[in-house]
Amino acid sequence: MLAFILRRIAQSVVVLLTVGLIAFALFRLVGDPINQIVSLDTPQEQRLKIRAELGLDDPVIVQFGRYLARAAHFDFGISYQFRQPVSTLIGERMPATLELSLVAALFSLVVGIPMGVYTALRRGSALSSAFMALSLAGVSLPTFLIAILLRYVFSVQLGWLPSFGRGAVVQLGFWSTGLLTPSGLKAIILPSITLGLFQMTLIMRLVRAEMLEVLRTDYIKFARARGLSDRAIHFGHALKNTLVPVITIAGLQLGSLIAFALITEYVFQWPGMGALFLGAVQNVDIPIMAAYLMLIAFIFVMVNLVVDILYAVVDPRLRAHFQTA
Amino acid sequence: MFRKTVILAATALALTMAPAFAKTLRYANQGDLKSLDPYTLNETTTNAHLGNVYEGLTKRGKDLAIQPGLAERWETPEPTRWRFYLRKGVKFQNGEDFTADDVLFSADRVRAQGSNFQTRVPKDAKFVKVDDYTVDVVLSSPNPILNSQWDTWYIMSKKWAEANNAVAPTPAAATTPSYAALNANGTGPFKIESHQAGVKTVFKPNPGWWGKPEHNLTEVIFTPINSDATRVAALLSGEVDIIEPVPLQDIQRVNASANAQVLTGPELRTIFLGFDQTRDELLESNVKGKNPFKDPRVREAFYKAIDIEAIKTRVMRGLSTPSALMIAPELFVYSKDFVRPKLDVDGAKKLLADAGYPNGFEVGMDCPNDRYVNDGAICQAAVGMLARIGVKVNLNAQPKAQFFAKVLKSGDYKTSFYLLGWTPGTFDSHNVLFDIMGCRDNPNSNRGESNLGNYCNKKLDALTDQILVETDVEKRNQMIKEAFKIGFDDYGYIPLHQQSLAWGVAKNVKVAQRADNSVLLYWITKD
Repeated sequence: MLAFILRRIAQSVVVLLTVGLIAFALFRLVGDPINQIVSLDTPQEQRLKIRAELGLDDPVIVQFGRYLARAAHFDFGISYQFRQPVSTLIGERMPATLELSLVAALFSLVVGIPMGVYTALRRGSALSSAFMALSLAGVSLPTFLIAILLRYVFSVQLGWLPSFGRGAVVQLGFWSTGLLTPSGLKAIILPSITLGLFQMTLIMRLVRAEMLEVLRTDYIKFARARGLSDRAIHFGHALKNTLVPVITIAGLQLGSLIAFALITEYVFQWPGMGALFLGAVQNVDIPIMAAYLMLIAFIFVMVNLVVDILYAVVDPRLRAHFQTA
Repeated sequence: MFRKTVILAATALALTMAPAFAKTLRYANQGDLKSLDPYTLNETTTNAHLGNVYEGLTKRGKDLAIQPGLAERWETPEPTRWRFYLRKGVKFQNGEDFTADDVLFSADRVRAQGSNFQTRVPKDAKFVKVDDYTVDVVLSSPNPILNSQWDTWYIMSKKWAEANNAVAPTPAAATTPSYAALNANGTGPFKIESHQAGVKTVFKPNPGWWGKPEHNLTEVIFTPINSDATRVAALLSGEVDIIEPVPLQDIQRVNASANAQVLTGPELRTIFLGFDQTRDELLESNVKGKNPFKDPRVREAFYKAIDIEAIKTRVMRGLSTPSALMIAPELFVYSKDFVRPKLDVDGAKKLLADAGYPNGFEVGMDCPNDRYVNDGAICQAAVGMLARIGVKVNLNAQPKAQFFAKVLKSGDYKTSFYLLGWTPGTFDSHNVLFDIMGCRDNPNSNRGESNLGNYCNKKLDALTDQILVETDVEKRNQMIKEAFKIGFDDYGYIPLHQQSLAWGVAKNVKVAQRADNSVLLYWITKD
């Protein structure tokens, strides 16, 4: 078991290094950062000087090595645009992204599971058909379009919810939260629905398929034969058995919620890491791009690692396999 | 009696409190306020923001005329010596007095490594403190436009900078964060209460400001909103009071709404097309062994094939001012003497045939698609117009980061035909004649560094040098006119238009729109 975990960690490190190297190779194609650092009428000799100071003339591998050496001391450099440490900037923005992702995940579970159960039990009913049609829209409509639609209705026309931003935030130590103020709670509604809609439809369809599968099994028939109430059968036996794959998927998808929050953040001007990253791409702010990409890769790698370990813990057959391997 | 007194007192209290009723202005811009250090990035939005907090020796009025700022007046006792009389009784926001020492300090700091404003003050200009409120600037050669850009050369406090380890501007390659990037200490009408870069900045009026406020605001909350749709939605839903810019396609929608309208007006920036006139063979063309753009007839043909009215009505939705000059009419008195040659497709074809291209030719074109108003669409329209005279243009429209990396000097000017926009930083023609229309042939000079296609005429260069040192205004204007005429007759560039400003403003807000696109809080009132 220990050998397995160590091997997985070693693999994770290789993945991280590869992501970093690919990222650094790609930075050459994003454009010349100097054009974003200084104004258009800046003389060439000054530009060359800044290039040299930033070490942009060195080969990719040298730049990457230098970056790693500094990152090992948790020094991720200073942002070209803001002249502030990247770790501070990302640290300030991370709570916004994590809160948005978690609320979106919660929304997808709380709404997706009941809808899945309902559509499985009442197949063919009008409401079920409506749910299924909605889920189709959720899967096929792009995020930014949903965002614009929601905002048009609820902000511009009805004026119920704010169209951008995070509302008022409360500082709890290093963590800034918008979940404790009325304006912060109102502000998170539209972005989290936008971000979680795809997830919600995924979970709804998954629950529905699993429920239909389980409802056909012998032990459900037997439970009915014993005269158990519908409620006990549906929720006590059937739903419980569908939840294992749902939790797996929901957990794995949390990583992508965090990573893909960037479009939602951009559209709602949500002050999170994703919006910071998009701004960095537009302005060729390499230190921020590098740190963000590495962080997202790290989150994915960690989630996968934890899931792998959990599988081994949960499933004795896999454990036996590891011992022989 | 007692009751009367109470009522009177209450009324008096209410009256004195009336101006203190919260007038919070919420303002959203496409651009960020990144660093508060006024020497980090020379860019319009940043300069405008910081101009509410910091002040220069001069200011510019609503019509862009130079006015006294921290200097009450100035004179030039001899052509190479300027004397500035500083305003007395001005305090920085931390309570320190403003004196000549701060001017001398700022003159050093603005020219230091890491400053993006080094050209604001000539390298060899000497600043001499005559007394606490008089400063002499000694130049090595006469310079009639010495203070033309000093409205955005903001004066910083020497003591404050020294106390906070901010004596030098923070360069991009810094390894430690800068104090001045997060904190501001100016002399201006507003101070910064909090600043989270890229998220939110809160301004409060500076009660100790030396001038008489023209605004009635008690607080300003600035939020950058990058997405066009979000910015417009925020204005329409009443969550912000001012946005800049409003995308052209949303102008009607905003004007049709109950609570906001769009203020438009010509901007100073000139959008133009340029040709590679220096290489012996174009990088991206099917003409081999020669460069068609070296022939003025080809450039004239291109000029006459561009239907500027169609660009104005179709692409710009009426919001552009076609231009015959490389500088905005607001910035040069004789610009009305120049008229664009008329659209003439047949004439253009004939010119091409005379130049030896009866069937036209193929050429690549570089264009940004996120830098100027509808820039990509303008280029697409030009492609169609040039097709009518037989020229096949292969358009390469890309985001500004990639575009500038390719076409600027750092990218070795790798372009054959391009679109660019230019606002002279000095608001003076010399800047255009030197940077855009000057020959690039001297590697030791910065002349023509933004002349991407190297349009070159030595007669124009000679005039430019005289214009720099001529102090007689009328004589100088005549020389500028002559220089522009040379460029005009050479068809060195195809000026297209000045794009339009488009600010979305709530109906209860009044704002002065300045043609350099600076949203200045000290001219805003809210009902």
